[in-house]
Amino acid sequence: MDLAFTNEEHAFREEVRQFLRDRVPPEMHRKLIESRNLSRDEMVAWARILNKKGWAVPHWPKEHGGAGWTPVQHYIFGEELQMYPVRDLPDFGTSLVGPVIYTFGNEAQKKYFLPRIANAEDWWCQGFSEPGAGSDLASLQTRAVRDGDHYVVNGQKIWTTLAQYADWIFCLVRTNPGVKKQLGISFLLIDMKSPGITVRPIQLIDGGYEVNEIFFDDVRVPAENLVGEEDKGWDYAKFLLGNERFSIASVGTSKERILRVKELAAKCRVGEERLIDRATFREKVAAVEIQLKALEVTQLRVVTNASKEQKGRQDPASAILKLKGSEIQQATADLLLEVVGPYTLPYVSEEDLESGNEPPIGPDWAAAIAPAYFNARKVSIYGGSDEIQKNIIAKAILGL
Amino acid sequence: MDFDLSEEQRLLKDSVERLILERYGFDHRRKYQTEEAGFSEAMWARYAELGLLGLPFSQAHGGFGGGAVETMIVMEAFGQALILEPYFATVVLARGILRHRASEAQKAELIPPIAEGRMKLAFAYAEPQSRYDLFDVQTGAEKDGDGWMLSGTKGLVLHGEAADRIVVSARTAGGSRDNNGIGLFLVAGDAPGLRRRGYPTQDGLRAAEITLENVRVEPADVIGDPAGALPIIFRVADEAAGALCAEAVGCFAEMHSITLKYLKTREQFGTIIGSFQVLQHRAVDMFVELEQSRSMAMYVTMMAGEGNTTERERAISAAKAQIGQSAKARSASSRSSSMVASA
Repeated sequence: MDLAFTNEEHAFREEVRQFLRDRVPPEMHRKLIESRNLSRDEMVAWARILNKKGWAVPHWPKEHGGAGWTPVQHYIFGEELQMYPVRDLPDFGTSLVGPVIYTFGNEAQKKYFLPRIANAEDWWCQGFSEPGAGSDLASLQTRAVRDGDHYVVNGQKIWTTLAQYADWIFCLVRTNPGVKKQLGISFLLIDMKSPGITVRPIQLIDGGYEVNEIFFDDVRVPAENLVGEEDKGWDYAKFLLGNERFSIASVGTSKERILRVKELAAKCRVGEERLIDRATFREKVAAVEIQLKALEVTQLRVVTNASKEQKGRQDPASAILKLKGSEIQQATADLLLEVVGPYTLPYVSEEDLESGNEPPIGPDWAAAIAPAYFNARKVSIYGGSDEIQKNIIAKAILGL
Repeated sequence: MDFDLSEEQRLLKDSVERLILERYGFDHRRKYQTEEAGFSEAMWARYAELGLLGLPFSQAHGGFGGGAVETMIVMEAFGQALILEPYFATVVLARGILRHRASEAQKAELIPPIAEGRMKLAFAYAEPQSRYDLFDVQTGAEKDGDGWMLSGTKGLVLHGEAADRIVVSARTAGGSRDNNGIGLFLVAGDAPGLRRRGYPTQDGLRAAEITLENVRVEPADVIGDPAGALPIIFRVADEAAGALCAEAVGCFAEMHSITLKYLKTREQFGTIIGSFQVLQHRAVDMFVELEQSRSMAMYVTMMAGEGNTTERERAISAAKAQIGQSAKARSASSRSSSMVASA
């Protein structure tokens, strides 16, 4: 047993840091520090900076542009990005649909889509959830009926993240209603410009428009956009959801938030003392930091084991990453909210924040904290809610 | 970065776990408790045969960070059974002091009989008023010719009754809460002027209040600098906290396993109770706490050799706090109370 990183790993970490210092656009960096949202253009520009360095899709196989890193290198890369912070950038292309395409797609799909994903030529969104299919995803109803060399798609998706920006959507659709629900689902790639698609944004409690409803009304999708085999889509979806083990715990994000908490709490005075010097506040921060340290070590156990695992056999500890990671992310958002205190109350629209025309209300770093807090409520719901995670652990690991 | 055990460590783990499985069920524990010493002399002899009392290995013998990994392995296995024997008192505490500060002559005299199971030790560091302050030492050591004379009261001396020799912290100089002026002295369990009042602890182990009245200590029995022992006491306390973390993880793992077995066999309302989602989720909550605790026990073990004292102490405090909380966690429905609100 040995905690130390190797010299090569230290050098790699330094290389990543140097790259971030040199290449992250300052305006984007400032927004991320302040927990503000990025524009589509900013996110695309950053994706291309990464791609130019050869780091847009490091986890992909080498022949498709992957970096050929060790699991520890992937971990270091993810942690450094999250801590800088360059966090929460949508990775529907690079992390979700990309691996499905190179694993199950045909040659034409790989050749066309993979380089475009790596260079953010297309913005992807994920069409999984439906009004009647949330945690019970397999009960989805959106129908795709084969008509010659097309599928005709009818139905509705919901909670589709940043669909308003998307060029493409990967969708789970029902191609066979006559069999067990998991066995009649297919995985379709759909051009968002197809006639019959309507996107309706949903305003959330943080005031932003992060998610959407999407309506499909006789949308004709070329049959060549089917990934893999018809009716096998559920297997691909499970593959996709199980694919994120090195960053799902968001250890780096939470570390960065705690640093931010400490930085801001040192600026706030409460009576005679600084907030950071208050014993009760310090204990709260320490409690979260300790949980985070334990999670970081758990994450490292999973990462170092990953290279030794038998195929298909996951470290049981990996199951807790999402669950505990969500809890800690929300706790850090909660601490930030507490640091800001009363000046969490004013709501400043994103447009006003963006324009900078109006002087700030309260401290200039306060405006985005409450929206970030509200936004963090999603992490215990998306990607399989806490309760679903527990069902999975109970069944798969505890044998209950 | 490597969380794996070496081949030797794996063998050690297998042999201790096998011993515990075969000879330390709960019924065994009850029986051992009724023996005269309050634990099993036969098991103590078995530990010696397996070489456990020679642990922790010195670096020269292939150990890491003073044998922290080996200690973790043994304590975790012992935690599964909550063994009664004075392993922690003798090997982790008192031998820890010897390893850091004893002279070669002292080591030559004491290490072989300890390793062979012929000598048990205890470490008397606490006093009735000291609570958690290791520097709060009122027991006095007066110069007596070429040696010393000890007088005072040491409290909560784990396995103090069974110990052949006791390492006693006593003040040679300074005020009762000064960092400087604390020495460590070896006294025989039956030394003239030493009285022991033994009692059971809540967990079925044994401890003692020890009174010293002009107990003579020969020069050969002073361990290290008679005025500068506190850093070593802190060091050993850190190692001991790490060992207790591992013991707790062993205990959690066993409790979790017993609970799971019960959930899978106990029937109520016409079905096994493990089919109920409320209980499944509580079992998962326990699992999460267990894995987090396991991570922290590994973390302190790997930090045992850390040269930066502040970093090392921070790691140990974090592990101790995390594992202590996990031990009491009931259910993640109390999530907020375990994370933020209760803090």
